[in-house]
Amino acid sequence: MKFINYLESIADVSIYPMISLFLFFVFFSLLIIYVAKTDKKHIDELSNIPLDKNEK
Amino acid sequence: MELEKFAYDNTIVKKFAFATIFWGIIGMTVGLLVALQMVFPVLNFNTSFLTFSHIRPLHTNAVIFAFVGNGIFMGVYYSLQRLCKARMFSDVLSSIHYWGWQLIIVSAVLTLPFGFTTGKEYAELEWPIDIAIALIWVVFGWNMFGTILKRRERHLYVAIWFYIATFVTVAVLHIVNSFELPISFLKSYSWYAGVQDALVQWWYGHNAVAFFLTTPYLGLMYYFIPKVSNRPVYSYRLSIIHFWALIFLYIWAGPHHLLYTALPDWAQSLGVVFSVMLIAPSWGGMINGLLTLRGAWDKVREDVTLKFLVVAITAYGMATFEGPMLSLKNVNAIAHFTDWIIAHVHVGALGWNGFLTFGILYWLIPKMFRTELYSKKLANWHFWLGTLGILFYAIPMYWAGFMQSLMWKEFTPEGVLKYPNFLETVTQIMPMYAARSLGGALYLIGFIVMAYNIIKTVKAGSFLANEDAEAAPLPKIYQAHKGEHWHRWIERRPIQFMILSLVLILIGGAIEMIPTFLVKSNIPTISSVKPYTPLELQGRDIYIREGCYTCHSQMIRPFRSETARYGEYSKAGEFVYDHPFQWGSKRTGPDLHREGGKYPDSWHYNHMLDPTSMSPGSIMPSYSWLLDNTLDTTTTPAKIRAMITLGVPYPDGYDKLANKDLAIQSKSIAENLKKDGVETLSNKEIIALISYLQRLGTDIKGENKK
Repeated sequence: MKFINYLESIADVSIYPMISLFLFFVFFSLLIIYVAKTDKKHIDELSNIPLDKNEK
Repeated sequence: MELEKFAYDNTIVKKFAFATIFWGIIGMTVGLLVALQMVFPVLNFNTSFLTFSHIRPLHTNAVIFAFVGNGIFMGVYYSLQRLCKARMFSDVLSSIHYWGWQLIIVSAVLTLPFGFTTGKEYAELEWPIDIAIALIWVVFGWNMFGTILKRRERHLYVAIWFYIATFVTVAVLHIVNSFELPISFLKSYSWYAGVQDALVQWWYGHNAVAFFLTTPYLGLMYYFIPKVSNRPVYSYRLSIIHFWALIFLYIWAGPHHLLYTALPDWAQSLGVVFSVMLIAPSWGGMINGLLTLRGAWDKVREDVTLKFLVVAITAYGMATFEGPMLSLKNVNAIAHFTDWIIAHVHVGALGWNGFLTFGILYWLIPKMFRTELYSKKLANWHFWLGTLGILFYAIPMYWAGFMQSLMWKEFTPEGVLKYPNFLETVTQIMPMYAARSLGGALYLIGFIVMAYNIIKTVKAGSFLANEDAEAAPLPKIYQAHKGEHWHRWIERRPIQFMILSLVLILIGGAIEMIPTFLVKSNIPTISSVKPYTPLELQGRDIYIREGCYTCHSQMIRPFRSETARYGEYSKAGEFVYDHPFQWGSKRTGPDLHREGGKYPDSWHYNHMLDPTSMSPGSIMPSYSWLLDNTLDTTTTPAKIRAMITLGVPYPDGYDKLANKDLAIQSKSIAENLKKDGVETLSNKEIIALISYLQRLGTDIKGENKK
């Protein structure tokens, strides 16, 4: 395997950053919606995992 | 439901805890020695394996992989068992992991000082050790996933997410950056060349900071801060966003180590943008850690563990504010190649990693040994020695970096460099180097005080090897809540979780790297750039072996102050045969990219014997052994063949002719030296090194003449 430059240039290269921007915009939007909507009881439960009272 | 009884394995935690203390002291002692060598060059002892450029990689590797590495495993093995309510998957794997990791560290101690190095920063270990690291890392991951899969707690706490991301990303980074072609048992060439090698190396280098020094420690923060302060994390919601944003953004930021270099401009800009964005998740995490202590600040005054943790998080906040600032091109133009960067990394290493490790140790050791800490007073002493140590280290280095950079860039009203002699800018900052050594010494003394305190505690206590616990097993079938959200789904599924994090980090790496590898316009070729002659190739390997890159860059940035000092700025096409690249990251000495033809051969000969004879006041150590060592030419054919495999256009069958050309070239250099009154045999290593230094950057000079 040699790393030679196989392509002179990429056609329509600007589409790649646009796709990734779109993907991550969607991902983070969903994440924020999820985080905002999760009910408080569940969040409290999760954040108390390290403080488990069974443990000495 | 029936409760299951089981026991947590504390023995493996104890082993890693002792290892982090032991290697921490060793690594920092070597650090203190290299710091002192810059003030008193005599401390190089004129011995190759104690010379700065040989043991500086030992210092960085020891602190990162031995001190912090063992610290990570200590914290992960303790917290993972408790967060999963399960003993580690396999005691045998734990043991293999422990001993394997220590053997890797020992092999680093046995190779780096003796010049067995790949010449790529923080990835200096040679290929057999690289393979061992990969195998042991897999053992760690296997053990971790085994534990996660047999857990008795449905949800994966956020700390575990950070551990998973650490495991998968470090594996990817290590494997991709370690692609190398072995030519003998302890010598290999990087598969990549020049600009591509630089991009891969700093993608690795930056993310080693991200995923070895940061994410695992953030996981520890999310476990130990709530544990020590006995209150849940300030905002669990914030921690979810912190995690995803951090791992996604970090992986893109590597090119900020290569601003103004020959790396294509679009890649540099990409690195800057993502580095600036990184401030958001980093500070989100810092705020989350600090605010966990809201309403408990009175405890911080009394509890020495909390003091360490608070300073650690503060140092994290400072370093992650500074990082994005340093990645702005105008700030980077001042800071890069100077001691400012050294200050920056030490705020991170000493403050964030060091203090978090200390805090955890002070909490963990008394707990596992069922006793009180031997002396709170000594721990307080340690705290203040450490804090003062960081200040005495960082402030002089900021000062030195700023001052030296401004001196490099200063012109007289007539338009010439005010300090044309590089050495002048070094002698000016010597007092700062001395002050930095003092800071380092204070920090190390504090560390030793802690070691004493812990030994005393261990002796007074009785170790609880197996800590009994009980928990209900997970029901086989999980009843999902109606209308459950996808993220809640992923929180219960470690394997899918790992795959999602892997995809996230691969996108960043791939978008940066693939175009640089595949698209020709990114690295314009220069017709006058030719492969190295066999003698130059051997000389280059000596340059790598001696670790010259620890103090000398080979990258002239396109600034007037640099072209006036060094010559024409460096072009991407000049490095196409450089396996590995040797751009360097710090200029303790001047840049060498246009060194070729600057001085006569005899200057280099005398300079290697005694640098102060050519540059009075120089702090460069002597490399006198190069004058005595005979060059090993038996490796030449293998080296040429390796280069041909990597795509360097030597003619077919040249490996058999190479040594003949080598002999002719070395004879002519020896004759040249003789004219200047230097008598030497032509088969010495110094001849090869001189041939390489005289070649540096001359390909383009020739083209300009035409």
